[in-house]
Amino acid sequence: MNLGPHASFIIAAYAVAVLVVAGLILWVEFDNRAQRQRLKKLQAQGVTRRSDKST
Amino acid sequence: MALIDLANPTRFLRLAHRALPWLFEITAAVFAVGLYLAYAAPDDYQQGATVKIMFIHVPSAWLGMFGWGLMSVAALGTLVWRHPLADVAAKAAAPIGAAFTFLCLVTGSLWGRPMWGTYWVWDARLTSVLILFLMYLGVIALWRTVEDPSRAARAAAILTLVGAINLPIIKFSVDWWNTLHQPASVIKLGGPSIYPTILIPLLVMALAFTLLFITLHVAAMGNEILRRRVRSLMLVQAQAAPGSSE
Repeated sequence: MNLGPHASFIIAAYAVAVLVVAGLILWVEFDNRAQRQRLKKLQAQGVTRRSDKST
Repeated sequence: MALIDLANPTRFLRLAHRALPWLFEITAAVFAVGLYLAYAAPDDYQQGATVKIMFIHVPSAWLGMFGWGLMSVAALGTLVWRHPLADVAAKAAAPIGAAFTFLCLVTGSLWGRPMWGTYWVWDARLTSVLILFLMYLGVIALWRTVEDPSRAARAAAILTLVGAINLPIIKFSVDWWNTLHQPASVIKLGGPSIYPTILIPLLVMALAFTLLFITLHVAAMGNEILRRRVRSLMLVQAQAAPGSSE
């Protein structure tokens, strides 16, 4: 594919897009893992919500 | 199932858990088609191959505005209806909207340098989008500053609704003022002025980016619900600790 004289600008734009999208996916994934881990730790310590106790 | 049934965070988490793998796969498939069409699209007669930057720049711009629009609807849900998931939706949308607005600014700059001869000018369109990005950062900072999520939600909702004034300014800035940025060429009276060989890849890429936004937003909302559960458990733990007032 010939991107012409401005190839570096096109490649840079797509590279930034890949970085931003990858960053968003990683943020969501790592945040999910962190919250689940914290929740698991608290539940392992026997901490439960009031709504859980009533059921 | 009625929409109001989704107001239950536990039910939302269950549905999100089931929907996310499907959403992810559909998004990846549409991206594959969109990127192929973008690769195969002909060069523009004036802009040459740099027109390929449009396939990421324009969807990013739309989603930067879509994110704030979504936050504005959620803000109404927080202030008017006190919907249990409204502020969760608003908080989850802010970083995603900010990321797409950032991408819009950077790709626009990289497109502007070869076409306009400059990375940046303080014209109405570019400046109003920069203001949108700064407003996103402001809302994110506000969410992080106020510890109580329900208090933070009300403050963020007011800021979001005030900031929504910027959306029509962004859209019509190219008509109201003399800007270096071109006027609208897709969403305008009389239909798009782009030839189908370029318009179709652009629309497919816009669909792919929109699906990505929705997928990330559903996942981020799930994370926010979990974060609030962790917070409420930590409060229970703190109240049960020896020496607490209860």
